[in-house]
Amino acid sequence: MNEYNFAYLDEQTKRMIRRAILKGLAIPGYQVPFASREMPMPYGWGTGGVQVSAATLVPEDRMKVIDQGADDTTNAVSIRKFFERTAGVETTEETGRATLIQTRHRIPEETLTEDQILVYQVPIPEPLRFLEPRETETRKMHSLEEYGLMHVKLYEDISQHGAIATSYAYPVKVEERYVMDPSPIPKFDNPKMEMAAIQLFGAGREQRIYALPPWCEVVSLDFEDHPFEPSKAEHECDLCGAEDSYLDEVIVDDAGGRMFVCSDTDYCRGRRAAGHVGAQGVPYEEGAA
Amino acid sequence: MTPLLQVREVAKFYGARVGCRDVSFDLYPGEVMGIVGESGSGKSTLLGCLAGHLAPDAGEVIFDTAVDGPRDTLRMSEPERRMLGRTDWAFVHQHARDGLRMGVSAGGNVGERLMAVGARHYGDIRSAAVDWLGRVEIAEDRVDDRPTAFSGGMQQRLQIARNLVTGPRLVFMDEPTGGLDVSVQARLLDLLRGLVREMGLSAIIVTHDLAVVRLLADRLMVMKDGHVVETGLTDQVLDDPQHGYTQLLVSSVLQV
Repeated sequence: MNEYNFAYLDEQTKRMIRRAILKGLAIPGYQVPFASREMPMPYGWGTGGVQVSAATLVPEDRMKVIDQGADDTTNAVSIRKFFERTAGVETTEETGRATLIQTRHRIPEETLTEDQILVYQVPIPEPLRFLEPRETETRKMHSLEEYGLMHVKLYEDISQHGAIATSYAYPVKVEERYVMDPSPIPKFDNPKMEMAAIQLFGAGREQRIYALPPWCEVVSLDFEDHPFEPSKAEHECDLCGAEDSYLDEVIVDDAGGRMFVCSDTDYCRGRRAAGHVGAQGVPYEEGAA
Repeated sequence: MTPLLQVREVAKFYGARVGCRDVSFDLYPGEVMGIVGESGSGKSTLLGCLAGHLAPDAGEVIFDTAVDGPRDTLRMSEPERRMLGRTDWAFVHQHARDGLRMGVSAGGNVGERLMAVGARHYGDIRSAAVDWLGRVEIAEDRVDDRPTAFSGGMQQRLQIARNLVTGPRLVFMDEPTGGLDVSVQARLLDLLRGLVREMGLSAIIVTHDLAVVRLLADRLMVMKDGHVVETGLTDQVLDDPQHGYTQLLVSSVLQV
């Protein structure tokens, strides 16, 4: 096991990433450039998040990795195995026991505490990217706080769909200063971003790190007459009966059959273990899938 | 009366070449000034310097700001200058594509400046956009169409609406009628003349089309090789040109 340095990256690289993280925490929402390394996985698989996790991990950490809320998808399983092999840290699927959670596209349902760190994988860190293709210009817009263009996107949504149709990667303003892309989490999760845990965002291909310290003010952008609404499927979980969790719609046969299940698998499992049963669920058995 | 814009000895060099030099003039509120000259005479360079798109190598551009009175825009901080650029100033490009967001609907294009200065009420932004589209003779049912679906003349009118929506006091226009056919040009000029008079705008219009300045401009400045060779009232300069180049320019216009 000693072929790799602890958590794969060498110590100098980790120092460099930690400096970027500290700077990001000092200026909430500001995108700090960093010298992203090649990782043994393709871009788009979470190379940014993995580097941030590697620089943040200590041997005593208990790590959880989720992808779209689930612990058992390819991306989550591979990254968890990666750190089991290269860092030898303990891993867990239980949100409450984890000290460091790397996530793609979700915030866990369970309220996070000040002892935890949430690391996001970010594909495109620049919220203005699809509105203004020039990087020089977007940097200037951030530095001069010219964010009118962000509302043009929301205006277009309303004029075309009658409501703000942006449902994920919903832009937020941090501490009344920087407009930030919260990574492609559903807008249902946006209000949760004001939390006790530290949130770190890593974009490997784009070479940017940004961060939110605990209890940072995070406001979703909106119009006075079209206020921000966190939305979810109008349903309850078919397995555990939860009404307050974000749901995935799963097609179950070719005859239009479908079910709604919690996207956060650990939350769903926990509820079923506690005896909750949804409309299509069966009572929970220890060890069953 | 305080001039709205005082230009003093503005010069811009491209290496050893002269872009423009020794340009000075005053522009008073409500006045429209034309700048004519052949290609390469420094008209657009001068306009770029005045509008803050280019940094001049020397000179002063003093604008009578609404809050602080006359200030040299070249020595302002960039945020202040860009703020001017979306409130008191407007810039109409020759090619509408340079001044519009082609991927955003007409309404969004007009609304962008409002949102940039803090408008956050969708209904208000939309009704302002519809109102302005009407003023530039674009039908209300086109408000959600993208400018790519518009003709050249409509794009140019849309660009004008987008610029005037925040009620600027000074409009820079770079060949606003370039590339349009003459009947569309005539309507656009008519529209511009109406808007300028109605809103009491000051404007600086760069063009090589003498008919445009004859219609729109109160005063005229003729440029050649980067400096001003003649200035005066439009009719005076066009009917009784003094400088050799101006005489050539005036006599080059085809009489139909």
